Amino acid sequence: MAIKVTVCERPISETSYVRATFKGLALTLKHLVDPHKVTVQYPEEKWDIGPRWRGTHRMLTTEDGKAKCVACGLCPTVCPANCIKLVPGEDAEGNRYPLVFDIDEFRCIFCGYCQEVCPEEAIHLGRHYENAEYDRKSFVYDLERLTAQTHPVCEMWDPADPKGE
Amino acid sequence: MMHHTSLLLQVASGQLPPTMGWFVIFAIIKMLVAFGIYLVCVAYTTFAERRIAAWIQDRHGPNRVGPQGIFQVLADGVKNFMKEETLPGGANKVMFILAPALAFIPSLVTWAVIPFASPLPVPGVGLIDMVVANLPIGFLFTLSISSLGVYGLTIAGWSSNNKYALLGGLRASAQMISYEISMGMSTVCVLLLAGNVGLNEIITQQASQGWNVMLLTMAFFIFAVSSLAETNRVPFDLPEAESELVAGYHAEYSSMKYSMFPIAEYANIITASSLMVTLFFGGWDIPFTSWDNLPPWTALKTVLTMGLYVGKVMFFVFTFIWLRWTLPRFRYDQLMSIGWKVLLPMALVYITVVASLTLGLDAAGVVRTGMGFKAAMLGMNLVFVGLVFWVLDRGRIVSPAFSRIQRAEIAHLRAVSERSDLSNQQGT
Repeated sequence: MAIKVTVCERPISETSYVRATFKGLALTLKHLVDPHKVTVQYPEEKWDIGPRWRGTHRMLTTEDGKAKCVACGLCPTVCPANCIKLVPGEDAEGNRYPLVFDIDEFRCIFCGYCQEVCPEEAIHLGRHYENAEYDRKSFVYDLERLTAQTHPVCEMWDPADPKGE
Repeated sequence: MMHHTSLLLQVASGQLPPTMGWFVIFAIIKMLVAFGIYLVCVAYTTFAERRIAAWIQDRHGPNRVGPQGIFQVLADGVKNFMKEETLPGGANKVMFILAPALAFIPSLVTWAVIPFASPLPVPGVGLIDMVVANLPIGFLFTLSISSLGVYGLTIAGWSSNNKYALLGGLRASAQMISYEISMGMSTVCVLLLAGNVGLNEIITQQASQGWNVMLLTMAFFIFAVSSLAETNRVPFDLPEAESELVAGYHAEYSSMKYSMFPIAEYANIITASSLMVTLFFGGWDIPFTSWDNLPPWTALKTVLTMGLYVGKVMFFVFTFIWLRWTLPRFRYDQLMSIGWKVLLPMALVYITVVASLTLGLDAAGVVRTGMGFKAAMLGMNLVFVGLVFWVLDRGRIVSPAFSRIQRAEIAHLRAVSERSDLSNQQGT
């Protein structure tokens, strides 16, 4: 963007300090007595977060409580931050399942590719932001933790409905 | 005159000053109580500043510690005492440690001579003055002590061995010396009317003649602006201008030593507000009645006048805070030109006008307490206010940045700006 040099043409007789100060005082007084404040009283009040909010992950489960994941390996492949560690296993009927499924939430950039690429709609990003922990280890979410999460999941962007209406 | 009548009435009602022993005992009690309350008020002014700042900016402010955050000041105090204290390697250790105290003490001492209520009769003891030290030269005392405040800031800046702190200290000394003069000059008018330098006498005079803000409006205006500059408050906070000088004179301070500077600032605000109230708004005087100014003194009178005094001071403290969150900071050249080219000549002209007018009215036989005197002073002030706000305040009080550009130069600048590559790229 080009810089436009503007030269002020206001005559000096129109400038004031004392009168302008009183005008300013009136304006600040109006805000002082205005009961509408923009601050949210955080722990008691919370903003509604958007349906496409991308927060910490959640692994959805089948009716019998097992993770939906089939250990296809697409999410660790697509992950640009390389934060998903997946070790596949196979049971007696030849169904694949994850032996290890760790997500390092510190490395994660919350792009949502893993949710987009997942053929089973198993891994999801969550609509959630309160993630504080006391140590760094706790930010590596294992399969148990991912399935135990209960917060609502992120809705991916739908090209047919770009504004999410 | 009023003063003599009140003295006669005082003798007649048998309300006499206490003996020496009681005087000392009550002086100690007054010191402890008054300064205890004063320090609590200073602490709560910091809280008031944070809440009012927040409200002006459509926020809530600190409201978590205790109901509506009223214990925030205690939390801040504990925090400041627990914090790590640093001492810069190149600092002058003695001066560095001394400076916060030097900044704080003058404002505390000034407050000792300000009367805050009508005298309190104590049975069996006598009449106790509601002022910590009833100095007959009270006003001169405040002037001399308030000029000492600059030492704290200058020494803090100089001893820190930091270029920003030094610049802040230099600015503080230049600014406070400049505004000290117009501040002193504006109060000369008060002395002209009161004919006395005792603060209690100035209050008595205002009770009989009407408040000085009506009689000496411009003196009040000059005094108010100068005390903003003396307390280093926005728009005169150049000594600590954080956008240019990191934190100015207290850049190197930490922990409670840092905290002493804000405390000194708020103590100065309360002291300046008390002085404004005492010199121009009748001190503890209740307007429209002389009931509170005449003996016999009662405890009820003391309580009511003290309440009104506190109310007046609180209003001015609020105004200081309100102004801070309204106005931007001056440029340095603006600051100096306001002090030397506007306020000082204005104060000198005003002294001459007030002196000639009172001399003329006295010579014409107009009684000072009468309506004629008040009307004449009020008329003179209206003319002055009109001159300042409608004639002088047209780019002459605070000159905007473009004021030094000539009209011909503006056309030239515009031509250059239109020829330049930068503006031709607009919209391409």
